[in-house]
Amino acid sequence: MSKDREFYWRRLHSLLGIIPVGLFLTQHLVVNHFATRGEESFNAATHFMESLPFKIFLEIFVIFLPLMFHAFYGVYIAFTAKNNTKNFGTLRNYLFVLQRFTGIFLVVFIVWHVFETRFQAAIGAKEVNFNMMAEILSNPWMLGFYIVGVISATFHLANGIWSFLVSWGITQSAQSQKIATYVTLVIFLALSVVGVQALLAFV
Amino acid sequence: MVTATETKKVQIEIFRQDTPESTPYWEKFEVNYRPNMNVISALMEIRQNPINVDGKATTPVAWDMSCLEEVCGACSMVINGRPRQSCSALIDQLTQPIQLAPMKTFPVVRDLQVDRTRMFDSLKKVKAWVPIDGTYDLGEGPRMPERKRQWAYELSKCMTCGVCLEACPNVSSGSSFMGPAPLSQVRLFNAHPTGSMNKDERLNEIMGDGGLANCGNAQNCVVACPKGIPLTTSIAALNRDTTVQMFKNFFGSDHMVD
Repeated sequence: MSKDREFYWRRLHSLLGIIPVGLFLTQHLVVNHFATRGEESFNAATHFMESLPFKIFLEIFVIFLPLMFHAFYGVYIAFTAKNNTKNFGTLRNYLFVLQRFTGIFLVVFIVWHVFETRFQAAIGAKEVNFNMMAEILSNPWMLGFYIVGVISATFHLANGIWSFLVSWGITQSAQSQKIATYVTLVIFLALSVVGVQALLAFV
Repeated sequence: MVTATETKKVQIEIFRQDTPESTPYWEKFEVNYRPNMNVISALMEIRQNPINVDGKATTPVAWDMSCLEEVCGACSMVINGRPRQSCSALIDQLTQPIQLAPMKTFPVVRDLQVDRTRMFDSLKKVKAWVPIDGTYDLGEGPRMPERKRQWAYELSKCMTCGVCLEACPNVSSGSSFMGPAPLSQVRLFNAHPTGSMNKDERLNEIMGDGGLANCGNAQNCVVACPKGIPLTTSIAALNRDTTVQMFKNFFGSDHMVD
């Protein structure tokens, strides 16, 4: 990757984080929420998602490739930073560091999560349904891991929306950036509630 | 009469480095307190009598300085963890022991002296000037509205001190990011009526290696800037300008200004 094209890679990284990865995450958490309505509703929802036409193409082009680029380029970005919250303890500097920490954690979490669910289904070892998740989350350590994973993802998305607005030049003034902070905080809280409620429904 | 034992002392710890390649080390000093001292006058005391706190003779501490009124930027260093000008850092307002370190984002020359060349190279790279030279008299340029001039004056207060680069987590010896100061200068010269005649050149330059996109929005720069320059607003404004420029470059019929 040439450094001269850095601008475009960065903009692509910012865009893909929202569209499609952020949209997919929102959709995923919302569909998971069917679990709160009981085993049958959840299984019906997963069955519907699984039987979407052109599923493999949707998975590759809407999820897999954008997510892979966002993850790998993100790891590179995270490791070029030299964090200094000790001397600059502002909210934005902490969020900057947190964005990088959650990003790295999410790479680990998502690899594990995909291996445990989608990959097992792909090799025909298991079926993705309510029981599968109930089994995984019956382990309190796994439940903790998943809760941290979901909250990391919702934080990373919400803060990513804030950065997206700045990086594309939409919010310029300090005032608009401040209001965007509050709006993205609400997005973070709302998605976290949706995500964690779904997780707890399996327990 | 005040005896020597009663004299108030100022504790100073300096992160020293003898040559650009040698290993840095902390050395402690104690100087006699005088009212209204600043970090520079304390350093001058050490230079007069270079003896460390253990009573051992040592080499005088090296640092840069020039204007002594916070307009040149030469005396910038890290004081108690925060990069700032040592001329305007008053001893009475600092917690002791006062820790002085060079701005390690830049190559250290010796002790507190750093080489800020990368900033000046960036200014050249982004053409941070108004080109007016030609083979004939180009005449007067367009007038700048007074209110715009007043606003632009704030951006022009940048003294290339390097504090924003030191504060930025994405600027380091391992990254090519030019940092907030040269970027804000692009906004300044693009706002100038004559300077804006080359605005696409500046924008395309900051869309290259080490340019604008390296900003991670930690926003330390705007907190650290001694001149109160709205650096993050400049960066966000340039983000919009480069977004437009990017589409112009690709979809536009030609790449002229406007």
